[in-house]
Amino acid sequence: MAQHTRKGAQFQAVTANRLTDGVVVYLTADNTWSESLQDAEVAEGKEAGDALLARGQHFFEPGNLVLDVYLFEVEKTDKGIRASSVRETIRQAGPTIRRDLGKQAELEGVHE
Amino acid sequence: MYRYDEFDHRLVTERVEQFRGQVARRLSGELSEDEFKPLRLMNGVYLQLHAYMLRIAVPYGTLSSRQLRKLADIARKYDKGYGHFTTRQNLQLNWPALQDIPALLEELASVEMHCIQTSGNCIRNVTSDHYAGAAAGEVEDPRIVSEIIRQWSTFHPEFSFLPRKFKIAVSGTEHDRAAIKVHDIGIQILKNAAGEIGYEIWVGGGLGRTPMIGKKIGDFIRREDLLAYLEATLRVYNMQGRRDNLYKSRIKILVHEIGAGEMKKLVEEEFAEVKARGALQLPDIEVERIKAYFAAPAFETLPDATPELDAAIARDPKFADWVKASVTAHKQPGYAIVNISLKPIGKPPGDATSDQMDVVADVAEKYAFSEIRVAHEQNLCLANVRKKDLYEVWKALDAAELATPNVGLITDQIACPGLDYCNLANARSISIAERISERFADLKLQHDIGRLHINTSGCINACGHHHVGHIGILGVDKKGVEYYQVTLGGAADETAAVGDIVGPAFTEGEIVDAVDTIVKTYLGIRKEGEIFLDTYRRVGVEPFKEKLYAAH
Ligand code: HEM
Ligand code: SF4
Repeated sequence: MAQHTRKGAQFQAVTANRLTDGVVVYLTADNTWSESLQDAEVAEGKEAGDALLARGQHFFEPGNLVLDVYLFEVEKTDKGIRASSVRETIRQAGPTIRRDLGKQAELEGVHE
Repeated sequence: MYRYDEFDHRLVTERVEQFRGQVARRLSGELSEDEFKPLRLMNGVYLQLHAYMLRIAVPYGTLSSRQLRKLADIARKYDKGYGHFTTRQNLQLNWPALQDIPALLEELASVEMHCIQTSGNCIRNVTSDHYAGAAAGEVEDPRIVSEIIRQWSTFHPEFSFLPRKFKIAVSGTEHDRAAIKVHDIGIQILKNAAGEIGYEIWVGGGLGRTPMIGKKIGDFIRREDLLAYLEATLRVYNMQGRRDNLYKSRIKILVHEIGAGEMKKLVEEEFAEVKARGALQLPDIEVERIKAYFAAPAFETLPDATPELDAAIARDPKFADWVKASVTAHKQPGYAIVNISLKPIGKPPGDATSDQMDVVADVAEKYAFSEIRVAHEQNLCLANVRKKDLYEVWKALDAAELATPNVGLITDQIACPGLDYCNLANARSISIAERISERFADLKLQHDIGRLHINTSGCINACGHHHVGHIGILGVDKKGVEYYQVTLGGAADETAAVGDIVGPAFTEGEIVDAVDTIVKTYLGIRKEGEIFLDTYRRVGVEPFKEKLYAAH
């Protein structure tokens, strides 16, 4: 698995794809998985990040709810939580094309 | 068209049932992801950024109206109402849920379709010329050999776990529309002086991290020996290909390391042994049986001159533009080949909605013997249309936004899914292609530029064939930011060549202007009658480099 965060990242969240349909999900503070990044628990610093990842991994095995669990870097902005990389922004908000359907149609302005 | 026999039917149905069980066991947790992943890949199921992706095989790019309607239906029912036609003549669905895939596969099987040989280290779905059976100067319909290879290679026990995937392409005309020289094996059908059919064999072509043009190792393999020769080639590769390093595992690396001469020698030795055993001789009667499936449709005897077509062209300039770009000569008088552009200006290359698929299926049923082809340029094609029906065909296609008159022009681009969908991507490709298409939307300008292929890939795997684009664009990642490297002078036809890197990569903001600069430079220095590739081959990379990096 490629690296999706970086050493020294201040804020990180945990993401995965849901087993049943592959949809992108985020680990929340009460240990559920949400389709919205705004519901994600954001960990500050390395230790909190590692702990969050360990909690997430549990839902891959043995939990069997999600796949490809990993940490990625986020920023806290006045518009809410934003992914730092283009890749994670696209995972969060859908493709930057076909804006007529899917998440990319629902989340106004995220690809601007 | 080829119809499955009972054996094929049982195989495919059993495979669906088997996969249904595997999915159930995966969902219940009985199978781990490590155990399940190879099984799902064998059934064409990948995981992308947003969802699973299903790759549906369209063997040698031929579909019936009934099959295309089923694909439309499936995309509507299990996906978001569209699909993506790929450079390997397949169809990809971007959004199916894992839990629905067994039901989807069952529906596919009802029209003799499946996802076998679309993934894994096996012999993949064979690709061919989308003008098969219709092109002037064709030695033989390449789908006959393609189908023979399909039957031989499907679930071939010895070749199901090769060092890496293996792609075979077949061309039946001198002009190569199947990119055979960038495949693991490329087959060129020939006729000798005695009028017998045989095959020229190219090995070790490929794109990806280490692009290579294939080398010719067989000059004229006799028809009855073809499978024996392929088996020998595959066996040499299976035994000698590298399994220690993923990046060196394709046959192109083997051929490169030992040299074409040594490869030829090894294959010939193995071939002699296979032949001595005699097991793989292709009997004429079997060839004839398969040939019958690809017999020419019931063409009418027509004069080639078609006054009603000429009148329509004179009357309707929009129609005339479309004819100029989309219609190609057919070997049968009074008939034409129709290319259907899946490249509307500013839209994703190769995408078709379910409604559009239905329209194409209907038009094919009414005017083209119910047969549709998928072209590796990510377009569709109706191979056999009466010239006097072209106006009606155009009206029906145009009403469904399927008549953009840009086939072969600069806005007829190839692009892989890239970072908008793909898990392996460094950068977006589709959105870059959309913006280039918008920049060059003006049809007069497009015709002035002439034939020019721009191919874009979102990473070095080269699914978008960037190395062999006249202009190639490769997405690279620099610390989480998208950059684009440009190559010039690639070609995928019989003059196949890998493009030259022009210099440092461009940012997402710069790339469309860079393409514009390249095109303007070409327009400034081309000679009468040259297309971009001719000019490039004459002048080389320097003039382009100078203009592109002048300000740096
Ligand atoms: C989830 C989507 C995809 C994944 C994970 C994927 C993966 C790959 C990988 C890993 C390679 C490099 C193989 C190698 O060099 O050994 C490759 C090559 C290639 N893929 Fe894809 N691909 C995807 C989508 C596509 C699509 C949409 C197309 C057609 C438009 C395509 C056509 C090709 C072609 C033509 C090549 C290069 C030819 C060659 O094998 O040398 N792939 N792909
Ligand atoms: S070239 Fe790379 S980005 Fe494009 S589809 Fe292939 S693997 Fe994905």
